[in-house]
Amino acid sequence: MPLLKNGSIIIDDWITLGLDDPKPDSGDIVVPYARLLKEWESLTDHDGRLGVIFTNIDRVEALTLFLPRLALIVLPFPSFTDGRAYSLARQIRETGYGRELRAAGNVLPDQVQFMLQVGFDSFEIGDRFTAEVWLKASRQMSLAYQRGLYRTPGQHDVWSERHREAEPWLEQPHAG
Amino acid sequence: MYRYDEFDSQFVNDRVSQFRDQANRRLTGELSEDEFRPLRLMNGLYLQLHAYMLRIAVPYGSLDSAKLNTLAYIAEKWDRGYGHFTTRQNLQFNWIKLEDTADILAKLAEVEMHAIQTSGNCIRNVTTDQWAGAAADEIADPRPIGELVRQWSSLHPEFSYLPRKFKIAVTGSPNDRAAVRVHDIGLRLHLNDRGERGWEVLVGGGLGRTPVIAVTVRDFLPEHELIAYLEAIMRVYNLYGRRDNKYKARIKILVHEIGAEKFRAEVETEYARRPHADTKVEERELQRISAYFAAPQFEKLPRWSATFEEARAKNKDFANWVRTNIAAHRADGYAIVNISLKPEGGIPGDATADQMRVVADLAQRYSFDEIRVSHHQNLVLPHVKRDDLFAIWKVLQASELATSNIGLAGDIIACPGLDYCSLATARSIPIAQSISRKFADLNRQHEIGPLRINISGCINACGHHHVAHIGILGLDKKGEEFYQITLGGSSADSASIGTILGPGFAGEDVPEAIEKIVNTYLARRQPGEEFLAAYRRLGPQPFKEALYAAA
Repeated sequence: MPLLKNGSIIIDDWITLGLDDPKPDSGDIVVPYARLLKEWESLTDHDGRLGVIFTNIDRVEALTLFLPRLALIVLPFPSFTDGRAYSLARQIRETGYGRELRAAGNVLPDQVQFMLQVGFDSFEIGDRFTAEVWLKASRQMSLAYQRGLYRTPGQHDVWSERHREAEPWLEQPHAG
Repeated sequence: MYRYDEFDSQFVNDRVSQFRDQANRRLTGELSEDEFRPLRLMNGLYLQLHAYMLRIAVPYGSLDSAKLNTLAYIAEKWDRGYGHFTTRQNLQFNWIKLEDTADILAKLAEVEMHAIQTSGNCIRNVTTDQWAGAAADEIADPRPIGELVRQWSSLHPEFSYLPRKFKIAVTGSPNDRAAVRVHDIGLRLHLNDRGERGWEVLVGGGLGRTPVIAVTVRDFLPEHELIAYLEAIMRVYNLYGRRDNKYKARIKILVHEIGAEKFRAEVETEYARRPHADTKVEERELQRISAYFAAPQFEKLPRWSATFEEARAKNKDFANWVRTNIAAHRADGYAIVNISLKPEGGIPGDATADQMRVVADLAQRYSFDEIRVSHHQNLVLPHVKRDDLFAIWKVLQASELATSNIGLAGDIIACPGLDYCSLATARSIPIAQSISRKFADLNRQHEIGPLRINISGCINACGHHHVAHIGILGLDKKGEEFYQITLGGSSADSASIGTILGPGFAGEDVPEAIEKIVNTYLARRQPGEEFLAAYRRLGPQPFKEALYAAA
């Protein structure tokens, strides 16, 4: 499936494994959280990067031990109205995790900007909408009221703009 | 009143363009209705029984003449010449076309208004005391915090797809007029011994199918921690609130199911875990906002106004209006004017474009250009000289806006019901109208005294029937509308949920039933005892007997 990442459409070269799929000898693999728990020892020896698919009902605290070894966390959206992963994404970023955080499943172009702001930096986009629609929708708003969010170029937060003269310019945190 | 700076304006204009694009994509079929739905709802656009309804945010119920005149203009240009003020201090237009919506939003943006988050599963328009900044009993004006919360919650990326809608109310007075105990979050201002401000945080109140009084999770939250703490609550709700059943998805169910103690512990853990640097309520931002809400320059006036006293002595109708529709102002020589949108036989909360312009003009001339919307679906001129009251009353009278029934039997709250709403199971408006006609005699209303009658057209309870002294709930039984009556509810400080009295009534029998309840009260009240106090003393039994005794 194509990915939207850093403002362009790219090919996903991660290999997604189910609970019982045989593990290839090399290559970047992403596994369900349950498999990560079960096969952690052998997975850490894998020749290639390691990612996890985390679900809505898992608690972020449970990931803490694994985080330093993870290069990708995938948060699936079972439906586009299920907003739990927005909080999970922000929680994961608050732990200091700085590598790829991907939104998968039922995601709409008009939601991408919010997702970027909470720390997602890649999106499985399917073929329902054109690349153009995705890119346009990801930069609809030039301002946000909340501080401490992730920004793409051209976006600012109102507070920093408003109090710019009083505050030395603070670099916004940058995802991934 | 808060004024947009360049950033607020840009934000709202971006939002209008974004919506224009979304609506176009829907009109060309690029977006399905399912996909468009959450997007339009977050811009206040509902699909009702007959047309689209657009709900416009009136943040914490504050308007000025330019805003109200613009609403009048929209009513005439794009609707049918009237609008409907709601129980959440907003305004609804009931006959809107999707093709016109972006133009309407652009028109609103010109006067610093929008329809952002007046609907959808997000943080809704923040409400507060309709007398904020004017009331004699106020500790401090709650509107600066209302505005701070409005900005923080506007398009919050983390909290825009919550399990269900989320309502926040703020009060700065010990006499709660914002119903903070029946909101998802209620904020109540306190001062400590050192005179510092702190907020009592109440969570999990609400009406709807499961009416619940909120629990206090913090007694005194320092003001600068407010946003950080709200984020912790919102995050716990967003992660753990139920999503399997929309009727169990409000935060009150989460609080109830895991228990207040566990809920508080989850919030405190989340709060302790997070960095707060980005959410600290900065003094300079609070000062910037507060400056817009500085009290007007009131003249030094004597408490006693000769003009006013003379008019009151000479004109009985005016005197009656003063008794019910005027409230105490904190500045000597001033008063708060409550304008009833509940004329005899009228539709509660409706105002025509002409009436809006009349009120806008009065506000400009007599009330420092300020108007408020109350959650009782009335309007308020918050800062009026007592000397001007008689002149104002005469203008209001000429526009059918001088009904002297604030807080009385005719001051009925009603949702739009089955006449408009696709969720309703029964009509509300005709019931309100027939009760209003039954109690048309204003002298009798004054004799009965304070009485709150609220009507909802379905169990979602938009008409707040649970917290009415007399609540009426319209239901459907095999295709027939019938109405259940509850007694003894209140949204004030001693908030309580009304008790169901017995079997329901057919619509045409409701006014008679209300009459029997009122007569029972009149026969049994002690001198000076108001309806709610009498009910609490007597209990439901005498009222049951009056209603259901064999004829």
